[in-house]
Amino acid sequence: MKKTPQSTKPARLLAALCLCVLLLSVLAPAAQAKVGYEYQYSYTFDYWGDLRYAPDAYRVKKVINSSSLGLEKSMLTPGSLFMHGSRLYIVDNGNHRILQLKAARGSYELERIIDHFMENGEEQRFSSPSDIFVTREGDYFICDTANQRVVKLDSDLNLLLTLTKPTDETFDQSLAFLPTRVVADVTGRAFVLVRNVNKGMVKFENDGVFTGFIGAMPVTYSITDQIWRLLSTRAQREQQASFVPTEFDNIYIDKKGFIYSVTTTFQEYDLLWDNARPIRKLNAIGSDILVKNGEFPPIGELFWGTAGGYSGPSKFSDITVLDNEVYVALDKTRGRMFAYDDQGRNLWAFGGSGNMAGFFRSAASIEHAGYELMVLDSVEGSVTIFEPTEYGRLIYQATEQYQRGEYRASADTWQRVLQLNGNFELAYIGVGRALLREENYKEAMRYFKLANDEVNYSKAFQEQRKIWVEENIGWIFVILAAALALPLLIGRIKKVREELREA
Amino acid sequence: MSEFVNTSFLAKIKSRAWWQEFFRTLRFALHVIIHPFDGFWDLTRERRGSMAAANFIVFLALFTRILRLQYTSFLFIRVYWARVNVFIEFLTILLPLLIWCVANWSLTTLFEGKGRMKDIYTGTAYALTPYVLIQLPLILLSNVVTIEEGAFYTVLSNISLLWCGLLIVVAMMMIHDYSLGKTLVFMVMSLFGMLVIIFLMLLFFSLISDGIAYIVSLYKELSFRLY
Repeated sequence: MKKTPQSTKPARLLAALCLCVLLLSVLAPAAQAKVGYEYQYSYTFDYWGDLRYAPDAYRVKKVINSSSLGLEKSMLTPGSLFMHGSRLYIVDNGNHRILQLKAARGSYELERIIDHFMENGEEQRFSSPSDIFVTREGDYFICDTANQRVVKLDSDLNLLLTLTKPTDETFDQSLAFLPTRVVADVTGRAFVLVRNVNKGMVKFENDGVFTGFIGAMPVTYSITDQIWRLLSTRAQREQQASFVPTEFDNIYIDKKGFIYSVTTTFQEYDLLWDNARPIRKLNAIGSDILVKNGEFPPIGELFWGTAGGYSGPSKFSDITVLDNEVYVALDKTRGRMFAYDDQGRNLWAFGGSGNMAGFFRSAASIEHAGYELMVLDSVEGSVTIFEPTEYGRLIYQATEQYQRGEYRASADTWQRVLQLNGNFELAYIGVGRALLREENYKEAMRYFKLANDEVNYSKAFQEQRKIWVEENIGWIFVILAAALALPLLIGRIKKVREELREA
Repeated sequence: MSEFVNTSFLAKIKSRAWWQEFFRTLRFALHVIIHPFDGFWDLTRERRGSMAAANFIVFLALFTRILRLQYTSFLFIRVYWARVNVFIEFLTILLPLLIWCVANWSLTTLFEGKGRMKDIYTGTAYALTPYVLIQLPLILLSNVVTIEEGAFYTVLSNISLLWCGLLIVVAMMMIHDYSLGKTLVFMVMSLFGMLVIIFLMLLFFSLISDGIAYIVSLYKELSFRLY
């Protein structure tokens, strides 16, 4: 081998290094572009409530706006989204119309503009509509807010029913009837959120008859509130804000007919003790049945300090529930989405405020089609479509497999999630639960400990302890017997000694 | 001077008599926790206790506290290791103990308390014995029980603290030769005294740091002007 002079060796290395860097810098963006990867600021919360940065669960697939839809008049403060089959509805509040889009080639195209309906052959127009709901049969419920009514139309836009201000005395007659959100169940019963009404949702039967309110939370006084009320004079008491039930900001009805609601009227300090309950799942009689088995209640952000110019707790403007009962709440404070599984445990969080794709200026409404998410930005007048990444898909897959009872398969999927994100405690629990079921207690304990899951750890430990005792039962008896016999023996020896001494 | 102290200390711990005395006074802790009234009386008045043994018990208490963090099963104690500082863990026992002694002595000495500072320290330190005696085995116990059986752990753990508390009350009674009522009043007063001492210390430190900051800024100002 030819001896290379000392001086050229580093130079060669440097050249090689430069080449490598150059190659990498050329290849890397190409690779990124290929998978459509864009940084989304994703994270989860760990046992301590600390942020754990995570791979992106979603990436931007497409942004739809007025120009991409070819609209003559741009969207003006659109307020709500609704997804029905392959059709996406955008309520264009400022232009008094509703845009009906149809899925086509991985995106959406304008199909129809709904800006009027026919009542007995007469054309009627909307005034500041704020929400739309499409029933299974294809009928529309539309909140025609400024006209103080909710109309039910058939798919050809003929009026079927009008819901107006109830004449019932339980409804405050001095209030204007300003419906903001509407959902309907399979029987055609409509639940309407009305502005300034804090008794819950207004319920109309399928024939349009008002049958009362549902979902109002019982007013709870804390002990300190009660003490203050006792101490204050009548004049002071009248000055104080009366304790009223919270007003819902948005509602969503899931596949099983449960209504998920979000509210933004709460005190900040009520959030962490879970008195505020910004997300609720209401059953038929209006009580909250949301499962909360996570370390923290589903309240969105856990840290409210000022960062990037935004402060305060999450305020959810909308919620959507995927078919696997994972629900995604949209935080308008930071333009962020928070996903929780059916047990109320945080799966991922991402998004933020800004002008880039995947960031929002005013996140108003969220919808889903399969795993895809659509988010409406009311200032920007755009809809951002997100598709799940491999990481996001794996999380859903593992969740669904567990729900179906395929525990082994679920554990394998969680193991793959762990390869992508070793900081994800839920995945450790997922693997641990399968190991527990397979009676591999030692390994299960290890996984549960990593995830700080004391209940499951305790279960695994109990079984492991049983095995240990069974294996070592002989020794345990020997030691116990020795412990019992030794003092007796010592006593006997002492006695004998004393007798000897006395003798 | 320091050499003299060193040699005397070395000579002390080399002598057999010193060790015998140490173990005798240390063993007396076991008597004290079961017979607190006689025990604490004898502890200071009959020279049955010693500073060395008291220091050793305090050291054991610190040691137990650290062991507890590390080896208790995570079913009972979650430790956020990223924020644990051993010295601060030590200080959370040592600082209240020392401030307690100072505050208690400062008050009782004005109100016919018989105890000297040394007696108060020795008494309080001996009163910590149940904490060591119960918490150390509890570390082992925590590793063999499940969460459902955790009641044993919690109850025993609470007993150890309650026992210590009662012992401190009795210690103060005996050391100062007070009635129970007077003891309780002066213990509450001592707690307020501790707050005052802590307040003064904070004030002192903030004044000192302000003073230093003033001199530093003065120096900076001057150096800017001069160059």
